[in-house]
Amino acid sequence: MTDQPNVVVTGLGTTNPLGGDVSSTWAGALAGRSGVRTLPHDWVAEFDLPVTFAGQLAVPPEDVLPRPQMRRMDPSAQFAMIAAREAWADAGTPELDGERIGAVIASGIGGVTTLVNAWDTIRDKGARRVLPLTVPMLMPNSPAAYVSIEIGAKAGSHTPVSACASGAEAIAYGLEMIRTGRADVVVAGGTEAATHPLPIASFAKMQALSTRNDDPAGASRPYDVDRDGFVLGEGAAVVVLESEEHARARGARIYARVAGAGMSADAYDVAPPDPSGAGQSRALRLALENAGITAADLVHINAHATSTPAGDGVEAAAIRASLGEHADHVAVSATKSMTGHLLGGAGALESLLTILAVRDHQAPPTINVANPEPGLPIDLVRDTPRDLPAGQIAALNNAFGFGGHNVALVITSA
Amino acid sequence: MAHSNEEILAGLAEIVNEETGLATDAVQPEKSFTDDLDIDSLSMMTIVTLAEEKFEVRIPDEEVKNLTTVGDAVSFIAQAQA
Repeated sequence: MTDQPNVVVTGLGTTNPLGGDVSSTWAGALAGRSGVRTLPHDWVAEFDLPVTFAGQLAVPPEDVLPRPQMRRMDPSAQFAMIAAREAWADAGTPELDGERIGAVIASGIGGVTTLVNAWDTIRDKGARRVLPLTVPMLMPNSPAAYVSIEIGAKAGSHTPVSACASGAEAIAYGLEMIRTGRADVVVAGGTEAATHPLPIASFAKMQALSTRNDDPAGASRPYDVDRDGFVLGEGAAVVVLESEEHARARGARIYARVAGAGMSADAYDVAPPDPSGAGQSRALRLALENAGITAADLVHINAHATSTPAGDGVEAAAIRASLGEHADHVAVSATKSMTGHLLGGAGALESLLTILAVRDHQAPPTINVANPEPGLPIDLVRDTPRDLPAGQIAALNNAFGFGGHNVALVITSA
Repeated sequence: MAHSNEEILAGLAEIVNEETGLATDAVQPEKSFTDDLDIDSLSMMTIVTLAEEKFEVRIPDEEVKNLTTVGDAVSFIAQAQA
């Protein structure tokens, strides 16, 4: 891989339940805050939803985006746009040849709000009332399209759709675009706006969601014996990836390096992971190989860890299987305990948190773990952040999705 | 319920403001949707769809190209609701 360019991170942006930007998000994560709250919407009672809480954006998009622009975007695109603008500004708003810039913005579900609202319109009022931009708003690649337009990214605009692995897959795709010479700079990330009664009803029927309605902030409890499902979250995170040579030539500030990606599929079931964890382990091992490091180099993992009874155990076992005894020396954080599960945004937000962890040598805490699963084969960071070793370090972000999609990314010090 | 020309103008101005962010007082009868207000064809279709609902009229798609100015739209809607 010596002939491939190194890929570095030169910009970060996000809007999510912990904060409307990167600094508030990182401060919230290190403080162990929860962004999960009771839903204020009338539809919770109207549809008799069994789950009444979620991680909603800390800063509503209407506080940030002009109204005419919002009208043309599904919330999933609004969130992506907010994150992408912050990331691009953070990268210094570089003036570059657009044909060397790519945009890869993932989504798990796409424009569900637009789709369902438009269906109400056609059913209740007829076809003449359907607005012309309905399809461009509901299509899952809409956030990528808007971001590419915003930044002038002409090297390609792409949308991985791999459920809860989507956001990490976008970063893996961006890495490949730069490594293969298709672009010098890629704006990559994921978004989701599924805090909507339909996905909530569906996930609840699957018994995938926590029903701890009386304690929203305490509901997401990865690896805790009393975990009862994941907590839905919404938001987006975007990173600016750049070839190291390009970044250094323009004097860009470098956060960290995206050193490698590993991807695999369980080929097992459309919902739960393969209980053997074989697919997940393979993704982890492939990521390390792809980055040219070994398990012994890792000091931190941001785990997928949704707080479902089945999923967390499989992941912990997969980490152990891939890292062996070295797993005892790797600080594992499960930040969904604070943000909820951003579905298509999750892998991007957790990659962003992994990048900051590497930069600051701080592993964020996992909250709500009062009683860790007995015999947990990983070293979970609980309640307060933990210092990571000084010097050059490497970390991993895991993202796994319904359908058996597995993505692992290696982030190292620049 | 029939709306007066003034009410139609004010209603259109609100729709245009929602869709484009243009100030409502910029939406005057002599203004051209494309040349003065910078409204593209997709936005125009959105405005027409919202106007149909607001004023409870039908504006046939083939008619939209004849609605060059805001005043044209006001006149058409006024007649259509009569």
